[in-house]
Amino acid sequence: MTELTLVQAVNRGLAEAMRRDPNVLVLGEDVGVNGGVFRATDGLLKEFGEERVLDTPLSETGIVGTAIGMALYGLKPVAEIQFLDFIYPAFDQIVSELAKFRYRSGGQYPCPVVIRTPYGGGIKGGLYHSQSTEAYFCHTAGLKVVIPSTPADAKGLLLTAIQDEDPVMFLEPKRIYRSVSGEVPDGDVRVPFGRARLVRDGTDVSIFAYGAMVPVASEAADTLAAEGISAEVIDLRSLVPLDEAAAVASVEKTGRAVIVHEAARFCGFGAELAALLAEKALYSLKAPIARVTGYDTPFPYALEHLYLPNAARVAHAARETVRSG
Amino acid sequence: MNSGASSTGTRSPPSAPAVSLTPAELLESYKTMVLSRATDERCLTLQRQGRIGFYVPASGQEAAQVGCARALSGDDWIFPAYREIGVALARGVSLERLFDQFIGNSGDLSKGRQMPNHYGFREQRFVTASSPIGTQITQAVGAAIAARRKRDPIVTVTFFGDGATSSNDFHAGLNFAGVYRAPTIFFCQNNQWAISLPREKQTRSATLAEKAHAYGFDGVVVDGTDLEAVYGAVATARARALAGQGPTLIEAQVYRFGPHSTSDDPHRYRTDAEVAHWKETDPVQRLKQRLSAAGQLDEPRDQMLWEAARGEVSRALEAAERRPPVEPASFFDDVFARPTPRLEAERAEFDALVQQGVVKP
Repeated sequence: MTELTLVQAVNRGLAEAMRRDPNVLVLGEDVGVNGGVFRATDGLLKEFGEERVLDTPLSETGIVGTAIGMALYGLKPVAEIQFLDFIYPAFDQIVSELAKFRYRSGGQYPCPVVIRTPYGGGIKGGLYHSQSTEAYFCHTAGLKVVIPSTPADAKGLLLTAIQDEDPVMFLEPKRIYRSVSGEVPDGDVRVPFGRARLVRDGTDVSIFAYGAMVPVASEAADTLAAEGISAEVIDLRSLVPLDEAAAVASVEKTGRAVIVHEAARFCGFGAELAALLAEKALYSLKAPIARVTGYDTPFPYALEHLYLPNAARVAHAARETVRSG
Repeated sequence: MNSGASSTGTRSPPSAPAVSLTPAELLESYKTMVLSRATDERCLTLQRQGRIGFYVPASGQEAAQVGCARALSGDDWIFPAYREIGVALARGVSLERLFDQFIGNSGDLSKGRQMPNHYGFREQRFVTASSPIGTQITQAVGAAIAARRKRDPIVTVTFFGDGATSSNDFHAGLNFAGVYRAPTIFFCQNNQWAISLPREKQTRSATLAEKAHAYGFDGVVVDGTDLEAVYGAVATARARALAGQGPTLIEAQVYRFGPHSTSDDPHRYRTDAEVAHWKETDPVQRLKQRLSAAGQLDEPRDQMLWEAARGEVSRALEAAERRPPVEPASFFDDVFARPTPRLEAERAEFDALVQQGVVKP
């Protein structure tokens, strides 16, 4: 075990995968000499050379299209998109090509590309360095979508992503790249997809979160505990495939659900989770499902602290669900 | 043998390789072109009869397609658009597999998931096509970089039209290929029309080939109705790519004789006189004359070739029409390598609806 920050864990995961498999390579803007603008790829160029660490021209469709070609040919490319906010020039490649290659070829052409990209607010990044648009990708059949919230999961889920036979969107909560650190297993220790992580056991209300909202949910649970409310916190971490059983089981136990995400509420991931709980656990619910999310506005720069969910808003929503039933 | 090719700029023109097609290869190429044309003619009728849902004809582009494919190794990778039947046939894809795909039956390797003409054949290193324009271009560059990484002595060839030269992926792909000196051939079939938009409204550039110069490599214009000229240009580009001299953009100038697709009516945007003018350089007729002049072909033998081709088309069609349809629940397969619990649940829901008679496959 080694104590690492989240971004260091990403770095160690990449290095581990590259040492184990010569077919693994990374490509993206500023990933080589500069080691990535967040230093996620720091040191990789020196260890693995230019053939496996490609500084690319500034074109997201070029990065993803090239990565797709590499994967079709049998390499395991890990593409970095510098910010999720800048992924849209590659949206056609991701949605029309990457997600559909296996399907449209009847299984002849698997396309196991990993796309790593920092996402989310709280870093004073304004409209274009802050957004959480994971729902676009969750909505597209053929993509897996995972979001770690701890250093151990960052490395473990990344190793699983690189081993996976399908394309994976690996979203990294940049707000907690360095503010969160923790013990990370050495070596090739993988965390499976499709399993939620129980952060904190509780009996009165289930708080569902992922990425940078997990520490927020935990902080809210501390506040609630002091008031005598026992909150369970679940880190979903794998949005596609989703651990539906864990979500349903938690609500069957607590009878209340609060869903937290940074993304805008309308058609956000919370809408899908709320629908799932209504379909599968309606009769266990003692109160309406609550969502604590970003608002249905673009992401504001100066007022981001008011836009983003915080512990006070999450605790408030949890209290309301406990009071109402 | 690249007399029909001309470099469009100040860069050094590609040196002519010591290659040309033998008389036997020319005749084989002609047979493939006739088969391609005969398939087009039949499929336009089949679509009107409702026996296939859609079709994208390639008539007028056969010499470009077959000439290019002939200059490649079987190990090279093809990243096609949806109009490359001549390439597929020249690569050895059977007509029966193509008709299975047009019908979308249980013999279709892509399991009835795509419209006609969007096929792929891993065995022939022919990557499954999609509908968005130009997306295959960057992919071909990535595969070329991967091949070089694996020390495989191959090139990748990507096919696209004049319209695609305006797409994001054209510019990104050429730029990446230039930067990484990728062993890729960008094979543009300039058929003069992107549905209704004529070539001169697609770009102010004098040629499409010259766009390569901005990305630091050679662009070559070739008469795409001349099989041997195309062959020479591609063979040269391939040799250069394998020698580490980087990519080439080839603009094969052709004309789309038919509609963009069976959903298109070209009378809305171009004249019969224009079509007639281009038909004077019909690539199939042109090669026929070349073979006749060389004593390889005469009228009776040509008639036999056409009858054989049409017979082959009929047999492939009939075989494909006899084949059973795709299994109803098969559309749940291949989303991922293994189905997620959610997909399994949806499939079970679908099966139950079928059993209850709510859904009738």
